[in-house]
Formats: sequence, structure tokens, C-alpha cells
Amino acid sequence: MRYLPLTDTDRAAMLEKIGAGSVDELFVDVPEVARLDGPIRGLPMHASEMAVERHMKSLAAKNLVAGDVPFFLGAGAYRHHVPASVDTIIQRGEFLTAYTPYQPEIAQGTLQMLFEFQTQVARLYGCAVANASLYDGSTACWEAVAMATRVTRRKRAVLSGALHPHYAEVVKTMAKFTGDTIADAMPAITPEPDLGGLIARIDDDTACVVVQYPDILGRISDLTPVAEAAHAKGALLVVVNTEPVALGAIKSPGEMGADIVVGEGQSLGVGLQFGGPYLGLFAVRDPKHVRQMPGRLCGETTDAEGKRGFVLTLSTREQHIRREKATSNICTNSGLCALAFSVHMTLLGERGLRELAAENHRLACLAAERLAKVPGVEVLNNAFFNEFTLMLGGKPARAIVRDLADRGVLGGVSLGRLYPGVEALEHALLVAVTETTTEEDIEVLARELEASIKESAQ
Amino acid sequence: MNAPNKSGWKPEMTLAEDGMHSGPATTTGNRALMLEEPLLFEIGRADVTGVDLPAVDANAPTRLGGLARSEAIGLVGLTEPETVRHYTRLSRQNYGIDLGFFPLGSCTMKHNPRLNEKVARLPGFADIHPLAPQNSVQGALEVVAQLGEWLCKLTGMPGVAMSPKAGAHGELCGILAIRAAHEARGDAREVVLVPESAHGTNPATAAFANYRVEDIPATPEGRVDVAALKARLGPDVAAVMITNPNTCGLFEKDFREIADAVHAAGGYVYCDGANFNAIVGKVRPGDLGVDAMHINLHKTFSTPHGGGGPGSGPVVFSEALAPFAPLPFVRQDAEGTFYLVEEENREERGPSFGRMTAFHGQMGMFTRALTYMLSHGADGLKQVAEDAVLNANYILRSMEDILHAPFAASGPCMHEALFGDKDFTGGLSTLDVAKGLIDEGYHPMTVYFPLVVHGAMLVEPTETESKAAIDQFITAFRAVVERALAGDEELKQAPYYAPRRRLDETQAARKPVLSWQKPDD
Repeated sequence: MRYLPLTDTDRAAMLEKIGAGSVDELFVDVPEVARLDGPIRGLPMHASEMAVERHMKSLAAKNLVAGDVPFFLGAGAYRHHVPASVDTIIQRGEFLTAYTPYQPEIAQGTLQMLFEFQTQVARLYGCAVANASLYDGSTACWEAVAMATRVTRRKRAVLSGALHPHYAEVVKTMAKFTGDTIADAMPAITPEPDLGGLIARIDDDTACVVVQYPDILGRISDLTPVAEAAHAKGALLVVVNTEPVALGAIKSPGEMGADIVVGEGQSLGVGLQFGGPYLGLFAVRDPKHVRQMPGRLCGETTDAEGKRGFVLTLSTREQHIRREKATSNICTNSGLCALAFSVHMTLLGERGLRELAAENHRLACLAAERLAKVPGVEVLNNAFFNEFTLMLGGKPARAIVRDLADRGVLGGVSLGRLYPGVEALEHALLVAVTETTTEEDIEVLARELEASIKESAQ
Repeated sequence: MNAPNKSGWKPEMTLAEDGMHSGPATTTGNRALMLEEPLLFEIGRADVTGVDLPAVDANAPTRLGGLARSEAIGLVGLTEPETVRHYTRLSRQNYGIDLGFFPLGSCTMKHNPRLNEKVARLPGFADIHPLAPQNSVQGALEVVAQLGEWLCKLTGMPGVAMSPKAGAHGELCGILAIRAAHEARGDAREVVLVPESAHGTNPATAAFANYRVEDIPATPEGRVDVAALKARLGPDVAAVMITNPNTCGLFEKDFREIADAVHAAGGYVYCDGANFNAIVGKVRPGDLGVDAMHINLHKTFSTPHGGGGPGSGPVVFSEALAPFAPLPFVRQDAEGTFYLVEEENREERGPSFGRMTAFHGQMGMFTRALTYMLSHGADGLKQVAEDAVLNANYILRSMEDILHAPFAASGPCMHEALFGDKDFTGGLSTLDVAKGLIDEGYHPMTVYFPLVVHGAMLVEPTETESKAAIDQFITAFRAVVERALAGDEELKQAPYYAPRRRLDETQAARKPVLSWQKPDD
């Protein structure tokens, strides 16, 4: 067995040192009833690297690879080009096979990287402080709600109807157990988000308002009035961003008065990976809220010789110190994904991120213009970044998406998939466009969408 | 690996009298292969990029609704060669399993096979969207199903939730299922019992789910005090959370008896599966009466720790709790097609307590873990547990003559050996031993955990170390311990040879600097 260095001679010598007759004697504390007499039945025996690779390849081959077809899926996970150097850096064993930097003297690589990452995220979000990451955007969203309840000592959160429905589900699931009240809503299919309606739902018991930007339908709007309304009632504004590339083109949430900004960082460096592992981003605008933040924080300090160095800090918030009084039960971050994000962001820099964002938006505008020409199809959004909503003239979007897949086009995410059973949303399709989309891809989608709609009419 | 080098340094050699470390200072602060690296923000420039993209056309039409960014973001960039060098230099200031022995107790720092990495990067797994039409991702759903089946068979448990993102998320999943199961019966219980030796995540998780946490004491031999636990059981106790093997490195031999008592009192048994590596293929937790247990794929099943995540924490469930498992989950229909059960499948979702995360879990970790399981097979995994336990006992018995081993008389340990600082002199502590080991070229063991042992040192060698590597570690560990026993003042200043000397954590916390600011800002 290629991963096990002990030889039988080693094992015999070690047992002798221990004073045991056999390895089974070391398992003497296992009750008789639970001892197994051999390898667990019903599972295969060990296999060669070649055989295992063959098996896994056969499973991979059953999937339609996004990069092999015209591809327009988004809704919280975006396909961007990841420079080759990102993957080689994250595969360096010193990053890949390290652990949480509990011994900072021999973990400065991870710690300095996290300090740089925190700075990048804070600036992108227009915030003062970002943490060292959380599991993903959806869990970060819940952590923001939980933090807002701690800060305000109130127990009600108002969710925008245009918050990603999976995020809203996570918040609602968690709130069932913590006893918080979640006021949610369905998205209204309108060219502009209904911010007036949202503001009207904020009351004196509200801990926070949670708004996605760009929202689940791809719409963008100035959130300053929401921030003002929330603050007037003593509530916090939580802004959720699922597409960090957008912030290379549009105002940051911090600039518009968001108190907590959270999001999904998968777009940069991480890739699609069928939904995970992803990267939860979490930042606060006001440094006074730092001690209420969840998750790990890396901070600067000096060593015994006065050299600059970095450590995990403010850990008195965390479970391994505070146990049941911790701000969160989280005991990890998404370290390697944070590294991938940070390397990608370093390669882009200010200029590259702005260019990348502009290219995404340019292609999205082209796509919106072209797809609006498909008979029976309308673009819902007034404004968008790289994702927008198509209304399919009464055609069920889910069936159209499946039909498009059969035609070799991954044409978008139907709102029917995200909001099953909600009739009002069945005819809408989310279309995402990134720098990986070609003008030819857009043409193919337009053509196949037209054909698919025509055939579904017959 | 790390075998004594025949042509150079040998374990029996002593340090040079004058301290080999001190040489003349260098102009750069560098020391040959150890290079100092500035912060990204000190070397990057706003107008430099390592990615070739079309320049921004300021006159291009936009549909940004008047929200175009006017302020600079404040980011900096590097070209590709500068980027590669920056991170390569940083990486060299890190200790990883690839470099050496990493006996961090309770974390199972075993070798990360590179086939796992290769497989996870196959475009058929890496480049597929979580919301792709399900008929286009049958292979991905099959991976989730196959891995779930392995986990069920290895644990002897009928149900599994795959979506939890890490161990602590898995704990939360288990406790939420327990609360949902009680509430479905209209039974509002308020208390979760947690042994005082538990991981901090256990009480934090239970508290999060609105339970009151009560400690259960340990016996002098390092196990749960069964009598105290039984005495506390009653109609208000929702569950007990027990780590098995426990954090003292011992198998809870009365686990079955505890489980039966908890069940008789109407509660559930949560098992923290962090230490599953000790028993994988040898013992099935389902046979011990467990109702829910999370499995850290990054521990037992070799997915990389990545400098602190991402982890993955699937949870296996008993018949009683399986119906309450979170959404989504994978099923197979009569024709063999895999599909996801989500919010919309109202009948099939049953009493599921809801969704814990967007999408379906840590797919990139599933492919790695499944690759690892197929490589070892049922026979190899059994050998994994046996070698892990053998290595830990070998260290325990090689150290106990000079180092306080509080539970050495309790019988064999499992996959980790626990020591304490009882006999150190001259004000030396466990921390000093840890820092001394850094100078010897090791990542220290887990220190000051579990809390039940003063100055705890928890050593987990795992099964992927050779006897030669372990022997060399024992030699070094003994040498450092002897210095601590003798009250060697020099040890208080260790490490001497790491990229940094001891770092001032108090300063970091008192005046937190959590992001880079321009010095003149």
C-alpha cells in the first residue's frame, strides 16, 4: 500500500517496544460487540493509482464540461478564466499541506498571505476590516445576520426578496434554531428592485436589512437610501455580493453605507467545482464592530527581535477559547481558496480588475442586445453588470434550459429551478456572461433559444 | 524522510559550543535560501497587471444605472514573474506535511496523495456548475452518492448528509437534526451534555442551537465519568456530544453503555468524529449506538488542510435522525438516474430541517476523498487505523520514562499520545518545548489541549510516517524534554532558527492592525 511506510519488520519491532503481542491488543478497549473480524464487507479492496484514476475519469466523463459548450450559468457561481500560475502556487506543498497557523513562527507564509487577502477584500468591499474568510457566501450571509443581532441586541432580520434564494433558505434554517425572526419575500419581477417596499418593512425591532448587490435578477441600484433608512431605525445594512468582479465596475457597498458586507469569492481563483469548496468573504465598514466579527483574523505584530510578523489575533471571540460563549462555532476558514483568490487578485491588480469588469460588462451588454432580438424574449433589467434576466414570453424556463442542454448549450439558470412552484417566476431565465464568453457563444445561444421557444410553441 | 543523515549531522551530535546560528548580519536581512519578502502592497503598483485584458474603453456604452465606480479601489498588481516569486518566497516560510513530521494532535496531518489533486482537477469535476441541468452532471451526482455509500458502510450508519462544509459545520448539522427530531415529537429539551475534554466547537455548536451546555467530568483515567453522566440524564437532556476516541487519545470503552442510557432517557448520541482515523475499518460507530457523527474528510480521508481549510464535514445518521438530514441530498430513481432532492421535492424531503449552505457541499473534497478511499480499499483503511494506533503507542512508550504521561496506565492509547508538563523546572512550559521542537525541524504537537491535562501535549503521528522518521522525532523530542526538565533557560527564547522569533500576540490583540495602511496615511 503506497501510502503506508511501515514494513512488517518495523511493526514487529514497534510492538516489541510497546510490549504488545499483536496490533489487536492495542484495540483492547473496543467492546467485544463492536470488533470486526476483517475488512468491512461490501467495499472494494485497495487499488493501484492507475485503476483508481481510470474509475474516477469514467465518472468525470459523464458530466458536460462548462468549458466545452456555450455556457451562461451564474446565480451565485460564475465561470471566469483563472490564470495558470494560480493553480501552481496553491499546489505548493508548503501552502497545500500546512494547517491553521497555530505556530506563527513557522507559518508566516500563510499569515502574511491572509493579511494581504484581508486588505484586498476590505478595499474591494469599501470596508475597514475583512476576516480571513468563511466557508462560502451563503454561510457568511447567515453569520452577518447573527452578528447584526449581537450588535443591535435585536432579533429580527429583513431580507430583500431579491436575495439569492439559497442564501435566504440558509438564514431561515439557522434562524429556526436560534429563535430569530426572518422577514423574507419573493422577488418582484420588475426592471428595478423595489427598494421602497424593502424600506417600508424596516421597523424598530429590525436588527438588519439584507440586500444583494447585484441582486439575484442581476439588477443593480443605489443602496444609499436603504442604508439611511436602516440607520434611522438603529438597524444595520448587510450587503451580499455574489460576484466580486462586479465591484471592479460599480460602487462598493461600503461607499453606499453598508455596515457588514459579505459575499462569495469563488469568481476569483477558485473555479466552479460543482458548488464547493468556495470562499466566504466577510467585512465590516466600522472598525468598532471588529470584536463582534465571526471567523479568524490575522493581525500584524513584531517578534522578539523587533521584526514585523503576523499572527491570528482577537481569538478570544472564538470557540477554542470561549467555548459556548463564542461569536460562532466556526473553527476553520477557507484558507486555500483565500490563497487562490488573493493570487488571482494580485495578478489582476487595480488595473486588471477594472479591465476584467469592463470586459464582462461589454460582453453582457452585447448579449442582452442580441437576446432581446429573439422573438418573444425581453430583457427585464434596466441596469445590470454581467448577469440579467430574460423573460421568455410565457414559456417555462426550466423546460427551455433542459432543451438547450440537449442542444449543447448551457443557456442559463431558470428561476423555476431557484423558486420551484412559484408560478410568477416560471418564465424567467438568468443569463450570465463573463470574459470567457465569446461573441460566437452569444450567437449560438440566441439561435438555439429562438429554435427552442419556437418548438415549445408547437 | 528525516532519517539521520549519514554524511552530516547525526542525532548523537551536540550543538556547536558557540551556537552555530550566529553569523554576521546580512545587508538584506536574507539568510541564503531564507529570503525576506515585503508585503504585496509595498511592492505592487496600481497600474501593473499580470493578466492581459483589453484596455477599458471609457466611451463604451454601459448599463450600470449610474453606479459606475468613480473612486479607486486601492488594489495593487504584480506581473506574473513577480507574483510567482512573491508567493514562492512566502511559501518557504511555512511548515507543511510535505516538508516534515507534523504531529498536531486531533488534526490528523497525514500525507495528501497527489492523485487526489489530479482527479479533483479533471474538467469533468472542476469545471461544472452547481446549477447545471441534472442530466448534464450525472457523474458528479454519482460521486456524491458513492462517497456517501462508503461513509455509511465504514460507519455502519444508514443515513448521510453531504453538504456540511467543515467539521464544525457538520457538528451543527448533527445538533440541528437532533433538535428537529425532538421538536417533531413536541419534546422541547434544553440541555446538551459535553465532557470537559471536548473540542471547543462542541459547546459552541450546542449553544448556537440554543441549548444550555453542561459539562460532564472525566475520570482520573481520562474517560467520561459514566456514573456522573448517567446521574445527569433526564427528560431535559436532548443529547450528549462525545468524542470517540476521545481527546485524551483513549477509546471510550463504555460508549455502548452510555449510548443505551442516553437512548433510554429519550436523548440522542452525537459522536465527534474528529478522531475517526484511529478506528476507520476497525470499528463501526453505528455498532456503538451513535445517532450522528461528522467525518472530517480532511483528517481521515486525506484531503489537504490548505493552511486552514477548506474542510468538509459530512454527517452520518442513525435511522432515527436520518429523515431530518439537511437539503439537498442525492437519490437515484428506478432507471438509475441520479437526482437532487431540494426544497421543491415536498414529499421526498420529508421532515428535513432545511438548508445549511448554497449548493451541495464540498465537491472538490468529495472527489479527493473518494479517490483516497478507492486507493486504500477496505483492507487498506483497516491498515491505516492499525498503523496510526501503532505509531502513537510507540511514541507513548518511548517517552513515558521521562515525560509525564497522565493516562499511560489506562492501557493502550489510540492514534494520539497525551503528555503533560508536570515535571518541568525553571519555569519552563509546554510552549517552550513546542518552540524547541521548531528549532529541531518539527511542527509541534497540539499544545494546551485537551484542557483536562496541565500543559497538555497531544502527539498524533498518523500512519504515513516511517519508523525512521518517528525514531528521529523521538530522539529530538526527548532531547527537548530533557532541557525542559533541567530548566534550560535558553529554551525560553526558542525558536532561534525559524523565519521569526516568538511573536508578540498581546501587542497584536491590544492594538489590532488587520489590514495594510500606507505608512503616512
